[in-house]
Amino acid sequence: MMAFTIAGRELRSLFISPLAWSILAVVQLILGYMFLIQLEGYMAVQARLLGVEGAPGVTELVVAPVLYNASIVLLMVVPMLTMRLLSEERRAQTLSLLFSAPLSMSEIVLGKFLGVMGFLLIMVLMIALMPLSLLAGGSLDLGMLLAGVLGLVLLLASFAALGLFMSTLTEQPTIAAVSTFAVLLLLWIINAASNADLGQTSELFAYLSLLQHFESLLKGVFDSADVIYYLLFVMLFLGLSIRRLDADRLQH
Amino acid sequence: MTSENILVQVDQLSRSFGPLLALDDISFEVRKGEVLGFLGPNGAGKSTTMQILSGNLAPSAGRVMICGIDLLDQPKQAKALLGYLSDQPPLYRELTVDEYLRYCARLNRIPAAQRKSALDVAKQRCGLTEVGRRLIGNLSKGYRQRVGIAQAIIHSPAVVILDEPTVGLDPIQIREIRHLISELRDEHSVILSTHILPEVQAVCDRVQIINKGQLVLSDTIAGLQQRMRGESLWLTLRQPPETAALEKIVGEGQVESLGDGHFRIHAEQLEQQAERVVIEAVANGWGLYEIRPERMNLEQIFVDITSNEHGVGVGRAVS
Repeated sequence: MMAFTIAGRELRSLFISPLAWSILAVVQLILGYMFLIQLEGYMAVQARLLGVEGAPGVTELVVAPVLYNASIVLLMVVPMLTMRLLSEERRAQTLSLLFSAPLSMSEIVLGKFLGVMGFLLIMVLMIALMPLSLLAGGSLDLGMLLAGVLGLVLLLASFAALGLFMSTLTEQPTIAAVSTFAVLLLLWIINAASNADLGQTSELFAYLSLLQHFESLLKGVFDSADVIYYLLFVMLFLGLSIRRLDADRLQH
Repeated sequence: MTSENILVQVDQLSRSFGPLLALDDISFEVRKGEVLGFLGPNGAGKSTTMQILSGNLAPSAGRVMICGIDLLDQPKQAKALLGYLSDQPPLYRELTVDEYLRYCARLNRIPAAQRKSALDVAKQRCGLTEVGRRLIGNLSKGYRQRVGIAQAIIHSPAVVILDEPTVGLDPIQIREIRHLISELRDEHSVILSTHILPEVQAVCDRVQIINKGQLVLSDTIAGLQQRMRGESLWLTLRQPPETAALEKIVGEGQVESLGDGHFRIHAEQLEQQAERVVIEAVANGWGLYEIRPERMNLEQIFVDITSNEHGVGVGRAVS
């Protein structure tokens, strides 16, 4: 499978540069700090919660907020990872290597996407280790944790697909990063309109929001509609990237 | 010439960039074991042709067949038979030479078992054995160019396309690259683009001159040299006689006196004229120092071809 060859090189190049390491370190540091604050807060109220019937447990009060925070931090980080995917190749004129090799455009795009996803999965794994560490001293709602992690992975896949597409549009990595961030942020907050009373429109906006679908997964609700939303989002932008690369050959 | 010997067949290729017609109805063929030189001034359409042949650019019209496989209909199969070095070698500076070439071997679907030997052969042919573990970003330009060539030949493609492979190299490196190219012809057909005439003379079997998107000449090297012979003699005498004395020898030709004993003689049948001049010069003690036929350079050939015999010679390509 040629896509894995490209993904492998992508991942390798990421880890050769200090970028990957520093991103992993910074994200872990920030989320670790947030995790500890959450945990501290939980410890303070834990005694009182014991008496309450049906009170939220540690998974709701600690794990879900950590994953939610992770999604916001990564909203800012993913554009930095995806910005160079194709724009850098275009700038360094290395695309001709891929174009003249016996590869299809889909394999190139898929390879690039899988490379970034490989990195993001490593990141998610490291983030998931924090809540999992709680197992040492108590029990977790593992189903809910799993739904949350799945949500985070799907969300990141959408970020990466959009970032990849933005990267195909320009030669300047910075422009790719800024526009990815802008679009992601817009899709994130678009459901704010649902709070304003706009009737039908607001419901549509809420449905489009990347956040909306993540929130229900965070609550432990596995709705296949949410999963399909993310999958469609990813496929749409991967498809657009393939089209964009093809257009490179056709027009200049 | 049987058709199975034709590795590359280009039919009526055109390419426009917006209103600009970069390639206008170009057709040619490359046979097995042949080194074809693509000559042209900057902006003539050389790189565009190379990019189309390598599948990096889609033509606006026309067809490219690689070993009988249509590049546009079956790009994967056709590209497997191609090796391409673009004018900027497509190198990842952060990888070592070995890592990079291994990646290229994978991209070109060389089976895992043969990858190591393919890597070794390519490295050895391009003189890269010593630098396998070095970062590409730290190599000199000459070495990077060689890595680029190694990348193009690692899967032993039938056709190797090199776009200006010697640009920016020093004379010694240029000689090495040329040597490498002439070795390649044993197993591959090579298409080479350049704007340096001696390069074509040094390594190519056949030459095509392209100007403003049109193929203006397609000829063998011998044919090209014939064209370059020009129609004047350069003569230097240490004890020059009157110009009139020389004029008497060349008869109908013209003699230009350039001072300091330098003359330029324009005449028909230069061989006989040269002989006569030498005999006279020795007999009269003019102190003959230098006599040579003046060759036209590429620029003059261009001017000559593009202004006088527009399009003539293209027909010969097919014969």
